Amino acid sequence: MRVYMDYAATTPVDPRVLKAMLPYFSKKFGNTMSLHSFGIEAKKALEESRATIADLMNAKTEEIIFTSSATESNNLALKGIAFANKDKGRHIIVSKIEHHCVLDSAKWLEKQGFEVTYLPVDKYGIVDLGELERSIRKDTILVSIMHANNEIGTIEPIEEIGKICREKGVYFHTDAAQSFGKIPIDVEKMNIDLLTASSHKMYGPKGAACLYVRKGVKIEPILHGGGHEFGLRSSTVNVACIVGFAEAAKICKKVMNKESERLKVLRDRLIKGCLKIENSHLNGHPTKRLPNNANFWFAFIEGESLVAQLDMYGIAASTGSACSSESLEPSHVLLAIGLKPHEAHGSLRLSIGRWTTKKEVDYVLEVLPGVVEKLRKISPYKGGW
Amino acid sequence: MKGFHIYPKEIMKHFKNPKNLGKMKNADAVGEAGNLVCGDVMRIYLKIKEKDGKKIISDVKGEVFGCIVAIANTSMLTTMVKGKTLEEALKIDKEELIKRLGGREKIPPIKIHCSILALDALHEAIYNYYKKSGIPIPEKLRAEHERIQKSIQEIEKKHKEFLELERNIIDNK
Repeated sequence: MRVYMDYAATTPVDPRVLKAMLPYFSKKFGNTMSLHSFGIEAKKALEESRATIADLMNAKTEEIIFTSSATESNNLALKGIAFANKDKGRHIIVSKIEHHCVLDSAKWLEKQGFEVTYLPVDKYGIVDLGELERSIRKDTILVSIMHANNEIGTIEPIEEIGKICREKGVYFHTDAAQSFGKIPIDVEKMNIDLLTASSHKMYGPKGAACLYVRKGVKIEPILHGGGHEFGLRSSTVNVACIVGFAEAAKICKKVMNKESERLKVLRDRLIKGCLKIENSHLNGHPTKRLPNNANFWFAFIEGESLVAQLDMYGIAASTGSACSSESLEPSHVLLAIGLKPHEAHGSLRLSIGRWTTKKEVDYVLEVLPGVVEKLRKISPYKGGW
Repeated sequence: MKGFHIYPKEIMKHFKNPKNLGKMKNADAVGEAGNLVCGDVMRIYLKIKEKDGKKIISDVKGEVFGCIVAIANTSMLTTMVKGKTLEEALKIDKEELIKRLGGREKIPPIKIHCSILALDALHEAIYNYYKKSGIPIPEKLRAEHERIQKSIQEIEKKHKEFLELERNIIDNK
């Protein structure tokens, strides 16, 4: 049996999405900048896709900038805002549990003379609103706090964050790569100025993403050239993938409520089952979490070995252990919620999705206790740390 | 998370079917290496018998908290030292262990360090045995022991500094 429980890493392309994309490779292959009928055909598909994506977050069509990845969108948001607004100020606020593409952009901006505040989170991974308010200064130009965390699934109070930023007159960017299409987003209601969304996390193809930029927001491009995407992102437009992204968004809009209810039941079954294992702990918030995310740490064992053991049973999962990272540092998210390094080493993320079945969840619950037991048997810490 | 195909088949073979792993009761010597902070800790247990005036490793067990490579090299090393004299066991060098695990070209560079940690644990076990039995400790082994202990302290120090740096960042802003 092969069971995919790594939907937070990437999702399979929905067959309906693939079908919508196919004509745009060899038939309607035109360049959106061309003036002839081939170009117009492509341009029409692009603008329809833009309207569909805008609709799912209650934005205006012209506020959607297509990019190639959430990483690119986040880079554009941070660097683009920083450089366009440096005359107003050079202070940026991000949370400590942002994705690396936000944190590393922030660190790079520090080298360019900007100042960055890294907001701490509580044991569930939720940003402290009081701390946010205190951190905003006269020279603050941007607050970037993710909608939902990719590792522990915690959902941040972005409506309140948006309100604070609006009152203080500071731009608010949120990385919604993990949440867009899974839980409702309304950029008007939530006072969001910039938002990152990604296609391949919501059953669309890799290679397409977007940045929502509220009308009137001052931002500089990071890619210069032909002036595509309202001058904010030059590059020949990847029409096929963008059409796929839009089709994926259409489907998500239709099924979101039902799908998230179904996934919540499976997620909670997974959580309840895993916590029956001795010395196991849930990472993230018990209820304020994505419908498809479960994350644990198991004492006395290491995550890469755990993931590899599960792989031997056909189960695909991931870990925040140092051993699985390039830097040999455990996950910054798990450390930020207060886990000790040796605790973070034993973490396991199981993320489910559209095609996860109850049978698969039960299979994981059948295999996991034995695998944990097997690794504990050979661990020098089986009796305690 | 990198794919497991990055590891040589020798490593995956030992990871999937580890040998001699688990606790040993009444061991004659125990040695430990690695550090919880960086995520790999190995322990080696030895049972030592005397035969024709020589000290022979009659049984060996290993315990591991760690990644695929950590489990594999502990398992591999136990199969290499069983039945050997202590002197012979001490002659196994890290290049030999790396070679048996698939070779330097096939092991990801970042994993080379943890692929020889079991050897450190073995050296610590033998050091402890010599010390306990009042046997003179060879100079090379003593130097090894000092290096291993120093590296453990360094990791702890580095981690403490890392935490302090983080705390300062939070406090200052």
